[in-house]
Amino acid sequence: MAATETMTLNMGPQHPSTHGVLRLILELDGEVIVKVTPHIGFLHRGIEKLSEYRTYHQILPLTDRLDYLAPMSNNLGYILAVEKLMAVEVPDRAETIRIIMAELTRLESHLVWIACHALDIGAMTVFIYAFRERETVMEIYELISGARMTSNFFRVGGLSQDVPDEFVKKVSDFIDVMPGYLDQYEGLLTTNPIWLKRTVGNGVISAEDAIDIGLTGPALRGSGVDWDLRRDNPYSGYEKYQFKVPTGENCDTFDRYKVRLIEMREACKIVRQALDRLKPGPVLADCPQVCYPPKENVYNSIEGLIHHFKIASEGFPAPEGEVYQGVEAPKGELGFYIVSDGGNKPERLRIRPPSFVNLQAIEQMSVGSMIADLVAVIGTLDIVLGEIDR
Amino acid sequence: MGVDNPLGDNVITTSLDLLVNWSRKSSIWPMTFGLACCAIEMMATGASHNDLDRFGIIFRASPRQSDCIIIAGTVTKKMLPVIMTVYEQMPEPKWVIAMGACACSGGIFDTYSVVQGIDEALPVDVYIPGCPPRPEALLFGLLKLQDKIMKERNSFGNAIGLGERYIPEAA
Repeated sequence: MAATETMTLNMGPQHPSTHGVLRLILELDGEVIVKVTPHIGFLHRGIEKLSEYRTYHQILPLTDRLDYLAPMSNNLGYILAVEKLMAVEVPDRAETIRIIMAELTRLESHLVWIACHALDIGAMTVFIYAFRERETVMEIYELISGARMTSNFFRVGGLSQDVPDEFVKKVSDFIDVMPGYLDQYEGLLTTNPIWLKRTVGNGVISAEDAIDIGLTGPALRGSGVDWDLRRDNPYSGYEKYQFKVPTGENCDTFDRYKVRLIEMREACKIVRQALDRLKPGPVLADCPQVCYPPKENVYNSIEGLIHHFKIASEGFPAPEGEVYQGVEAPKGELGFYIVSDGGNKPERLRIRPPSFVNLQAIEQMSVGSMIADLVAVIGTLDIVLGEIDR
Repeated sequence: MGVDNPLGDNVITTSLDLLVNWSRKSSIWPMTFGLACCAIEMMATGASHNDLDRFGIIFRASPRQSDCIIIAGTVTKKMLPVIMTVYEQMPEPKWVIAMGACACSGGIFDTYSVVQGIDEALPVDVYIPGCPPRPEALLFGLLKLQDKIMKERNSFGNAIGLGERYIPEAA
């Protein structure tokens, strides 16, 4: 019998299910995957290098564009790192609003994930449903920051401005109806035989392998590892909130799907707790070296204007040193590592993007399965090329 | 109107240009080709809230079936040859929409790896500013493209070897 040869196939960067501009070189034995080599860098924009030429406040808009499905989580991670470096205390109200927005961002990111994941596997209805709900989150974004996606809302020491009065009602209404919508998605997918055939037993990665590779977020928890930075290494006051950390058992795509859906329900509960905690008060720390002055001072006094001008144009000098701050972004641990040489710009800003690390698991998850299963694996990893390539 | 109409309402008289342009503008099929952040807003425009289908705009996954490419996101130097290949694979007539600040001019990413606007490589028909543009902005841009298509003259005649094709300036 003649020996069979493997075939090399190029997938991407122009492919509807690679979630952007990922390129995969596949080695195939018939339809079975023997080897997967991801090629990245098609969206490399040089964000880390640009950051070395920006003051600490000017870097913030760049972080919006890292993981563009979860802009507020990126803002939060970066701002917390700078606040750690500057040792700024954030007022309670600002912290609570940050948590509300971070959890809404988690909902938004997971909504886009379920939309694209289901669309790739062939369930178009879920895409239409999930984008309907995403639109409500975008309206909340727009209400408080003026932008739909690139919010740029947090500031070192708090928020850029207080939220409008209708914010609480709008968020409250949304999280009241959201669990019902999640039931709708589950009704469409959880017991759907096609969905089960495509996801159960697909993309299996054991807990040890997941830890070895460094997976974080739902990809890690789907493999049964109980690890969530919000609970295990709390930041921004997450220790005050009660929530469950869901984990999977079978380490497959279906379990990761279940984990993310439970996470969305838990996010609604966290937002509800945060809304209950929300008290009137200042939203920016009283720390004039670092924080922008209140807008009334800027418009009405020359000192306020000079203060604003100085912070905006020169920034503030940071003490010499290094800090790392990791946050539980929707896709996993998002870390910002700042090296400061004492100037008003970071000497080096290193971003640890969850998608970049999670992408490494693609080989282990897909080798031995069919080529069509690879689409489900890419979907379940929930990668965003913006933060992989940076 | 002073003209005899012996066939009643069963016949519509029009010019070939008008007929060709009308059918082209009513079925713009863009490539499913997202590059970065703008692609998410492009998806949002195609989804339930804004719904592009009502304009006959249906996303196609293959360049062979599409006649419009929406450059939705940052174009890097590594990505540019791929975009050029996809553009060349599309059959004529074809249109290019530069969506967002990055595709128009490089946006905030004035770095070593980013192409400073897709118009360095492709003939852009419509520029949509914004970072990212709202779905309404993309809709407006697509309507502008429809207007532009309606202004084209003799593109059909040119295709069968009769005369020059007139293409209006960028919107």
